[in-house]
Amino acid sequence: MKLSGWGRTPVHDTRLVQPDDEAGLRAALADGPLIARGNGRAYGDSAVGRQTVDMRRFDRVLAFDPATGQLVAEAGILLGDIIAAFLPQGWFPAVTPGTKFVTLGGMIAADVHGKNHHRDGGMRATIDWIDVMDGAGQVQRCTPADNHDLFDRTVGGMGLTGIILRAAIRLRAVETGWIRQTTTPAANLAAAMDLLDAETSATYSVAWIDCLATGDAMGRSLVMTGEHAQRDELGRHPPLPRAKGKKSVPVDLPGVALNRYSVRAFNALYWQAGLRKQGTQLVDWDSYFYPLDAILGWNRIYGRKGFLQFQCVLPDATARAGMTALLQAISASGQGSFLAVLKRLGAEGTGVSFPQPGHTLALDFPATARAQALFDRLEAITLDHGGRFYLAKDARLSARILRAADPRMEPFAAQRRAGGEAGHFASMQSDRLQL
Amino acid sequence: MTTQPTVTPKGTVLLLGARSDVARATARRYAAAGYAIQLAARDPERLAAEKTDLELRYRVAVTLLPFDALDVAGHGAFVAALPVLPDVVVCAVGLLGKQAEDEQDIAAAITVMRSNFEGPASILGHLANAFAARRSGTLIGISSVAGDRGRATNYIYGSAKAGFTAYLSGLRNRMAGMGVHVITVSPGFIATRMTAGMDLPAKLTATPEEVAEAIFAAQEKRRNVIYVRPIWWLVMLIIRNIPEPVFKRLKI
Ligand SMILES: Cc1cc2nc3c(=O)[nH]c(=O)nc-3n(C[C@H](O)[C@H](O)[C@H](O)COP(=O)(O)OP(=O)(O)OC[C@H]3O[C@@H](n4cnc5c(N)ncnc54)[C@H](O)[C@@H]3O)c2cc1C
Ligand SMILES: NC(=O)c1ccc[n+]([C@@H]2O[C@H](COP(=O)([O-])OP(=O)(O)OC[C@H]3O[C@@H](n4cnc5c(N)ncnc54)[C@H](OP(=O)(O)O)[C@@H]3O)[C@@H](O)[C@H]2O)c1
Repeated sequence: MKLSGWGRTPVHDTRLVQPDDEAGLRAALADGPLIARGNGRAYGDSAVGRQTVDMRRFDRVLAFDPATGQLVAEAGILLGDIIAAFLPQGWFPAVTPGTKFVTLGGMIAADVHGKNHHRDGGMRATIDWIDVMDGAGQVQRCTPADNHDLFDRTVGGMGLTGIILRAAIRLRAVETGWIRQTTTPAANLAAAMDLLDAETSATYSVAWIDCLATGDAMGRSLVMTGEHAQRDELGRHPPLPRAKGKKSVPVDLPGVALNRYSVRAFNALYWQAGLRKQGTQLVDWDSYFYPLDAILGWNRIYGRKGFLQFQCVLPDATARAGMTALLQAISASGQGSFLAVLKRLGAEGTGVSFPQPGHTLALDFPATARAQALFDRLEAITLDHGGRFYLAKDARLSARILRAADPRMEPFAAQRRAGGEAGHFASMQSDRLQL
Repeated sequence: MTTQPTVTPKGTVLLLGARSDVARATARRYAAAGYAIQLAARDPERLAAEKTDLELRYRVAVTLLPFDALDVAGHGAFVAALPVLPDVVVCAVGLLGKQAEDEQDIAAAITVMRSNFEGPASILGHLANAFAARRSGTLIGISSVAGDRGRATNYIYGSAKAGFTAYLSGLRNRMAGMGVHVITVSPGFIATRMTAGMDLPAKLTATPEEVAEAIFAAQEKRRNVIYVRPIWWLVMLIIRNIPEPVFKRLKI
């Protein structure tokens, strides 16, 4: 059947299998190289292989320790289901990406970062252990201390070292399901980066960039910080916000629906709304962390051709010059992004995981020929500024550019070949990037 | 590790064929609403992880029960031995079989027919009598649109589902004055173990969670017959109305 990632491009033919036990996974291994797939929220071709193993049937909670917040669960469980079960018991994920429709395995394989990376680190920091099925079908328990080579290479390893079966992670204790959010407008890029750099004590921080603003206002942003609200801050609100309704995008919108005018209108409206919301307010966890999840299937607004996301991280030394150059290139191309997000990242990850101290920028574009040309520019600028790329977002990098940006990749690939992993675990992305 | 249930159950739901993907999702839906859960399946020890999962997520009590739909002689004793007579029963037992092979292997065809009709009808018959005596309860049978009209590609399974659908209809009629409600669930395609590897049309294919939600809502609203997804009602209306001389030549 045909399968893609969240960006809906590229689309590949794959044999999709949906085992529900370890014997089924071993049978798939015997059938040739495979790649594990969580909930398909990586944008490009990371979770599509010639054989793709859907992990979502492995979705059980195996243990929970209310004394420490340690959760043991199978890799296919959805983050949203973890929240649904444990927020009422006073626990929230310690690290979360911008959608709750990801699996535990997908979060580990991409070593996802949240809005608190600058302070708390990424997914890796929340993991006590993982069980990984290797190419021989053996299950290996790994921790940051024991069997740590496999641990380091699997966390952030994009499914290329084995199948993550289950994991023990730490949740964080919270008193309520509310976030105290503070919105501060920043007049331009430098002001936004100053604010993000100054807010290192905030638990969560992120900037939304109006990437259509030009000249002196280039990079004008809404900088949003957040803290888990305590019970005594809630006033008349109940500790658990009521669940909200969902809207969905039922059909593919024609590609023209998202043109520079609608993007311009969206950005203008968002900016105005942000100015009105300046200051501090209480926001429910779902709206705060997962605003896009309220519109199921929002990837369809880009139409059938799909869309591409660009995400890089630039080290502190070059971040300001680099971000300026990236925004200038986008502005010069006349292609606005519907969503442009700037975050501060903290500690360097292990293995080939994405984060490094610096700033990360993420933007979406409809997958057109012009966008491809723009991506060539953005990649070149990233290389010039010593940045690296996030594989969970990538759909089009070349093996050459990846290696030029990230010296860890070739040793990772060489170890995969030498250890035999390359013969068992392969995605369309790893083929393209010669990993 | 097991946690003690901390909520007083809103009621008890019994899932027959509890290892089915639809039953698993339905168990979660009811547990989320605060029901105590009884999981009945062949080899119930294979459901140990399921039990832990439900207990940890929803803090409800979960009981595992051995149950074989084909062991009709044991069904009376099964009902008599239930630790609690449930308020709601969902029968998800089903066996698709392999149509082409079962056409030649009639014994296998009979197993398909018994698994989809005789077994489910038998256990629901015993439960209906117990519910009638108590004068309350909801019986929910998962049948299939395959039972709406026999087709060359799945009439062995379909004919048994047709029998089951008729049985549920009659049971609903009989129980109507006795405080017992009967719901027929007719799904089209569902993405489950039963259909794994088939390339099903996305718009017509429900997830197990969708079916679970539809079952739960049907019980709350005391619906009689539901199609999931609702478009299947229209699809089957058309299929049922194709004249036989035309229908017998179609390949659908
Ligand atoms: C709206 C949106 C917002 C996002 N925001 C963020 C963000 O803020 N921060 C961030 O870091 N990411 C973000 N992402 C990216 C997303 O978190 C990652 O792509 C994540 O990996 C997706 O998880 P998944 O379960 O859908 O995995 P998939 O997309 O199915 O797979 C992703 C990778 O994980 C591997 N994998 C999945 N399961 C397993 C397993 N059991 N064993 C081994 N390998 C496995 C796959 O092989 C693949 O390489 C966002 C994505 C979207 C759509
Ligand atoms: N999937 C679809 O497209 C679809 C469409 C319409 C209707 N349905 C119906 O939906 C229901 C749920 O099916 P599903 O899709 O979830 O498939 P499934 O996972 O294959 O579930 C069927 C279940 O029936 C159980 N079963 C079969 N024979 C049994 C017996 N003799 N005793 C006890 N249990 C028995 C199986 O138990 P074991 O685990 O022990 O094998 C299995 O758990 C079935 O009635 C099916 O016919 C499915």
